[in-house]
Amino acid sequence: MSVATDTPARSEENFRVTRSRRNVAWTGAGALIVVVVLALFPYIVYSGTTSLMVQAFIVITLASMWNLLAGYAGLVSVGQQAFVGLGAYFVLLLAQHSLSPFGGLPLAAIGCGVAAVPMWWLISRLRSGYFAIATWVLATAIMLFIERFPSIGGGTGMSLPGLSGYDPTLLIAYTYWIGLAVTVLSLVTVYVMLRGRIGLVLTAIRDDEVAARSSGARVGLARMLVYVVAAVGCGAAGALLAISQLIVQPGAVFTVQWTAIMAFAVIIGGLGTIEGPIIGAIVYIILQRTLQSYDAWYLIVLGLVAIGVALFARRGLWGLIDDHLNIRLFPVGYWLWTPESSSRPGPGRRGPGRSGIRARRGGRHS
Amino acid sequence: MAWVNAIIQGILTGGLYALFACGLSLMFGVMKVVNLAHGDLAVIGAYVALGVITVTHIPALWSFVIVVPLMAVLGYVLQRTLIQAALDRGVLITLLVTFGLSVVIESGLLQFINADSHSLGVGESIVTGSFSIGSQIQIPYLLLLIFAVAVVVLLGLQYFLSLSSYGRMIRAVADDQEAAQLSGIDYRHVFGIAAAIAFGTVALAGIAYGMYSQFSPTTGTDTILLFAFAAVVIGGLGSLWGTLLGGIVLGVAQQIGAQINQADQVLAGYLVFLLVLAVRPQGLTARRAQS
Amino acid sequence: MSERTDNGGTPLLEVRDLIVHHGQLRALDRVSLRVFPGEVYAIIGANGAGKSTLLRTIAGLHQPTDGAILYDGKDMTKVRPERRATRGIVMVPEGRRLFGSLTVEENLKVGAAYARKGPWTIERVYELFAWMKDRRTQRTAQLSGGEQQSVAIGRALVANPRVLLLDELSLGLAPVIVQRIYAMLPQILSTGLTVLLVEQDVSQALRVASHIQCLLEGHTTLEGRPSEVTAEQVEAAYFGLSRAAAEGSEPLWHGSTPSSRAS
Repeated sequence: MSVATDTPARSEENFRVTRSRRNVAWTGAGALIVVVVLALFPYIVYSGTTSLMVQAFIVITLASMWNLLAGYAGLVSVGQQAFVGLGAYFVLLLAQHSLSPFGGLPLAAIGCGVAAVPMWWLISRLRSGYFAIATWVLATAIMLFIERFPSIGGGTGMSLPGLSGYDPTLLIAYTYWIGLAVTVLSLVTVYVMLRGRIGLVLTAIRDDEVAARSSGARVGLARMLVYVVAAVGCGAAGALLAISQLIVQPGAVFTVQWTAIMAFAVIIGGLGTIEGPIIGAIVYIILQRTLQSYDAWYLIVLGLVAIGVALFARRGLWGLIDDHLNIRLFPVGYWLWTPESSSRPGPGRRGPGRSGIRARRGGRHS
Repeated sequence: MAWVNAIIQGILTGGLYALFACGLSLMFGVMKVVNLAHGDLAVIGAYVALGVITVTHIPALWSFVIVVPLMAVLGYVLQRTLIQAALDRGVLITLLVTFGLSVVIESGLLQFINADSHSLGVGESIVTGSFSIGSQIQIPYLLLLIFAVAVVVLLGLQYFLSLSSYGRMIRAVADDQEAAQLSGIDYRHVFGIAAAIAFGTVALAGIAYGMYSQFSPTTGTDTILLFAFAAVVIGGLGSLWGTLLGGIVLGVAQQIGAQINQADQVLAGYLVFLLVLAVRPQGLTARRAQS
Repeated sequence: MSERTDNGGTPLLEVRDLIVHHGQLRALDRVSLRVFPGEVYAIIGANGAGKSTLLRTIAGLHQPTDGAILYDGKDMTKVRPERRATRGIVMVPEGRRLFGSLTVEENLKVGAAYARKGPWTIERVYELFAWMKDRRTQRTAQLSGGEQQSVAIGRALVANPRVLLLDELSLGLAPVIVQRIYAMLPQILSTGLTVLLVEQDVSQALRVASHIQCLLEGHTTLEGRPSEVTAEQVEAAYFGLSRAAAEGSEPLWHGSTPSSRAS
């Protein structure tokens, strides 16, 4: 029909679609090395550092789950502490019935996934802001409910049985290894989900929900799946928390501060990327350590920095690194190479003369 | 008879909850902002009132004369700067920013004041004490006053929105922001006005709560925000009077729960909230189900 | 080419080499136009040609990537939409966009809130649309399409604009209703307004316009007076059947040509 925008015919072989600019196999190998080195930590470092690492694992796991919810599925939950608490209490319950907490952890995580289903059904019809508060109400209601039972500690809490027989250093080492396993598993799960069909559906929903529905994408199912996976992850982190603290107190495990920590870590690190939560968690730990003696200061600083980043550097620290170095360690987007660019290798720059056109799959507002 | 007393208390407390909720509803209705810092702002109002009373020695009842306008101005400024900036960047960022604000406010209060509870008290005003009906029913004057204030505020809001030209502009902007711009309306200014009103009611709510009960840095979220939200959902999103109904239902549910088991008061309210969410998610006053 | 610039006046509204993007898509590619006082200037073109984008950019709802918008000789490109409305550029948006929860009269009152001084009042709008006064307390959501369109026009009129922008008046309306609405145009113009309209219905546009401009995929393919262009030229410009139109952004026909005047 119109001659005006007729372009010279291009054959399909001239276009290439790849997952990343450089070979990702190097990243995979690098990650494996990092994991192996981390696994050796208990043999190398003092137990004080090992404990710190366990804390880091908890935060990294929580952050990557919150990132999955908010950065990819667009679900802002300020009630993830519900699953942190449930995970801890499931472990407590199982330990009271003679199951070792280490064995109880996976069961607790699954239990949280199961609990997430009716919870999702209750609140999924609410729109984003009200959905957020509803998650908070749910978490509070669950906490109030659990506090009624003195057998699991009531309002004051209870210590975790089943671990007193262990040698302290060994206990920390085992906790560490379980923590490492949980973290690696969480990150791998998120990565696999996003590269698979779920990731595609989530991007479609993010771009245009109505169009996504009408083209057959199971929007509700995808979102529920994400919510359940996040519940499992947070539950595992909660169980890990219980194991590392050896005590389960409702006020400590159900506090909304966990959501604050998760959310702020993700925002500062970089919403909508897999690397972001890791960086954000590290920043959080550093902040918490440095400002530890100043009571609530670290939360004030964390909150202010998060607000600042959300407004002015939306893609977070990792976004800044990404912009300058153009790397993705765990790529979930696509690169489109047009015929013009194939002849010009090397890093492209933003703006009109750019070679590869990158369709970034992660992140709602990148 | 104790039950009747409990139910009456619950109904009257509903007025307080409606006061909590109307600011939240207003901001959502006009600008589609769910202000997660809503409750904390009420607590700030209460602390400011405490400060004003301590310094000027005016009776607690009159503290609102200073605090409400102050908070209204704060609302306008915060809306034109922080919240508008967040709104320009999307729903997600807005939620994150208001959540961040909530955490910063609470942590700030904890850091600079302390974690103790305070109460504004009622001083030697006429609202101390209660009147009795029969031997078992006691109605505190303060609660009655708060309920009356809530009704007055809701009536005022309703008349303002439906009859005044500013109210008309607010409704127009809420309907269609762009079309309002085409009619010469600066929607950012209108948002600011709506926020000022919302913050004003929130300050009133904070003072009311501070007189009725005790408040601390965490009251904002533990009590005010969550109760406000529960009242809105139970009553029905988008209806001012529905919020009063929701508040009443919440209050009554809590009092009945307290009659059964004192410790279950708050939980009982949330259970009713979850019930409404399960069975009639559009709320009690909405006419048809929203998808 | 001729009489419009001959009188030496400045155009009331001028657009110079406007480039507008929707994300990465170039919606308008160096579009220019000039509207003189008292004219009815119609922009026609197929879906997606960029007509509404042009109007919305003139109204200020969209920021151009490049180019300028001048009003009464002054650069308005950076002025906010609400300021443009109070200065006299008022748009009746595509799809009516009435305030659904407000009544007819409330819609008009909102339109009049920041109005300039001028002949149009709410009462005068009621005179223009005879049915409206009796229904003024009805919510606009309950009105028919044609009635809503009338209210939307009324809402714009009470602001006393100098330039009235009409975006796709005929959208979703029966032809009879459309004709009735366009029949109001002379009364509107008689109060000193200038009209810039966007219309998908080409014959309707040709009937009311004093000048037309055709857009195709973001650039101008035709410009001139209805009396000076043939149906074939319009068709060619509308669908872009000529290579000459496609390759440059120069309009295909400009003003009058001896051959067409003979017919």
